[in-house]
Amino acid sequence: MTDAKNPVITEEKIDIERRRLLASGGAMAIASGVILYGAGASAREKGQPATSAQRWGMLIDTNADQSDWDTAINACKQEQGWGGGNNPAIDPQWIRKVSIKNKTTGAEATFPVMCQHCANPPCVDVCPTGASMKRADGIVLVDKHICIGCRYCMMACPFSARSFVHEPVHNQRPHMPRGMGTVESCTMCVHRVDKGQSPACVEALEAKGSKAIIFGDLNDPDSEISRAVSAHVTRRIREDLGVEPGLHYSGI
Amino acid sequence: MAGVDKTTYKEIAGNGGDYLSLIGWLGVFAAAGIGSAFYMETKGHIVSGMTNQIVWGMPHVFAVFLIIAASGALNIASMSSVFGKKIYKPLGRLSAIMAIALLAGGLMVLVLDLGRPDRLDVAMLKQNFKSIFAWNIYLYSGFFGVVIVYLWMMMERRFNKYSTIAGTFAFIWRLALTTGTGSIFGFLMARPGYDAAIMAPMFIAMSFAFGLAIKILFVTSAYRATKRPLGDKLLFKMRNLLGIFIAAALYFSVAHHLTNLYAAEHSGVERFILLDGGIYTMLFWVGQILLGAIIPMTLLFHPATNKSCQGINAASMLVILGGIAQVYVIIIGGQAYPLEMFPGFEVTSSFFDGSVHHYAPTLPEIVLGLGGISVALLIMSIAVKYLPILPASLSDAAVDPADAATGKDA
Repeated sequence: MTDAKNPVITEEKIDIERRRLLASGGAMAIASGVILYGAGASAREKGQPATSAQRWGMLIDTNADQSDWDTAINACKQEQGWGGGNNPAIDPQWIRKVSIKNKTTGAEATFPVMCQHCANPPCVDVCPTGASMKRADGIVLVDKHICIGCRYCMMACPFSARSFVHEPVHNQRPHMPRGMGTVESCTMCVHRVDKGQSPACVEALEAKGSKAIIFGDLNDPDSEISRAVSAHVTRRIREDLGVEPGLHYSGI
Repeated sequence: MAGVDKTTYKEIAGNGGDYLSLIGWLGVFAAAGIGSAFYMETKGHIVSGMTNQIVWGMPHVFAVFLIIAASGALNIASMSSVFGKKIYKPLGRLSAIMAIALLAGGLMVLVLDLGRPDRLDVAMLKQNFKSIFAWNIYLYSGFFGVVIVYLWMMMERRFNKYSTIAGTFAFIWRLALTTGTGSIFGFLMARPGYDAAIMAPMFIAMSFAFGLAIKILFVTSAYRATKRPLGDKLLFKMRNLLGIFIAAALYFSVAHHLTNLYAAEHSGVERFILLDGGIYTMLFWVGQILLGAIIPMTLLFHPATNKSCQGINAASMLVILGGIAQVYVIIIGGQAYPLEMFPGFEVTSSFFDGSVHHYAPTLPEIVLGLGGISVALLIMSIAVKYLPILPASLSDAAVDPADAATGKDA
């Protein structure tokens, strides 16, 4: 399908972007030395690999306005080119709203769940080809070139964060090649982060004045996210598993 | 040390209408399986019943069943070469062929179900050695090599003396292979239905039973069809062994569920499988336990049935059906029960978090699985026609020289 917002991306263009993405270990190449604004992040220099100096993470405020989560999800769909199907069991969902209710007290909460960008990601451990990978800065990705579509990562993920592409995909974004028969999930908008920008969901929330999701470097003690997670107790989903997610939740 | 094998092996004639029709039908099913895979490949997995919640479906049930049966099929050869039970020696060659054939069928299904089977070369060239799947690539491909060498040692009389060492190596390899297959599930810490070290030994016990059941059916069918003598002695030995293997597989399953029942955190998934999981509960109790264990053990040990070939064959067939049910419950049931992302909370979402996941296999998936079985049977059927695999006689005198000396025969 083609429309003004979603021009058809040719295979060659996608290939060129794929090569650039891989050549820099998942980074988009940009002009050397350029520092861009956004969430305290700085752009990486061209050709430089991601390093463990950063540990990208998010803090999600589960008490935020419920409409924020639709804003975040729609921004993700728009940025990455997924969504639009009508079969929720099959359609990829990179980020979704999850509602929980305490069986004893009846207390409820709704918040988004996506790839938790674990420090010890089970999806990376089980992947036979190494397509599931963790960058040095903590972002967990799927290399679509070497994903064979075995779905073992989906079996291993404790958060059901990954989707398998069951049918041909349309409206691909040049920065985000997708392909039938491979697995995909939230990339923490690595293409934006490498340019010093925030992930699309965070930017969309900031645009409406919401701090429902704070993105930043957990290794930088002065970052907004580090200050927030050190000031208040936060939870990470299934902390008991020891996978050390990079996503923190406050209010649950 | 293994002595020279004095058994006379003879290719089957394989020129009758029955044999050609068998090969024809198996060929049709194998081709249909490959056609199904091509269809899934072209249209995407949307034509399967698999979803983003049930990510492994019917092809994996067939593939895992065939792979564990493959390692079990080798067991009769190991009984002779490794454990010195000479009575099983005449079936050593067939065991090796069956192991190769079943593994080939299982791997065909597994590979053709991949989202990108065209990238098999990637799986061969780029490996993450922390992945049990990557280990399995070596365990599975190495198994072919190890068993072929073992088969060669058994078939070439000059090398018969090396069959003990080759057989021991193959036996250790097959234990590693089935451990690797069980660990695919045992290593999944996030899923309450898996995440158990007992998966590996349980798969080994299951493999003994499934492999031997297939072996008994193949041998009795082949000997009836070729009118070659098959004595009670070997058949009853295999019968007793099958009974023990069924009991061993049942033991591990009981230990698995009892341990889970003891841990409050696993009560949900146990309740699901054992009590209110619908099709999975039915397949567990009726398929795995009743048809796959209790009835076959009764047939094998009850004096009214345990001396008839029909009784033993019926038990073997039930072990296979019960085994497929067991693998279905493990693979599909383990995924149908929702992940416990927020223990103690009710969970809902557009991604079906917190709900029991629905799965209905579609025709292409089932045909692909049957294609794998057909390929395995095709390899076995062709091998016995062109290679001296099957002994000319499995009469009591032929399998046990002591009987020949005393003049007893079938």
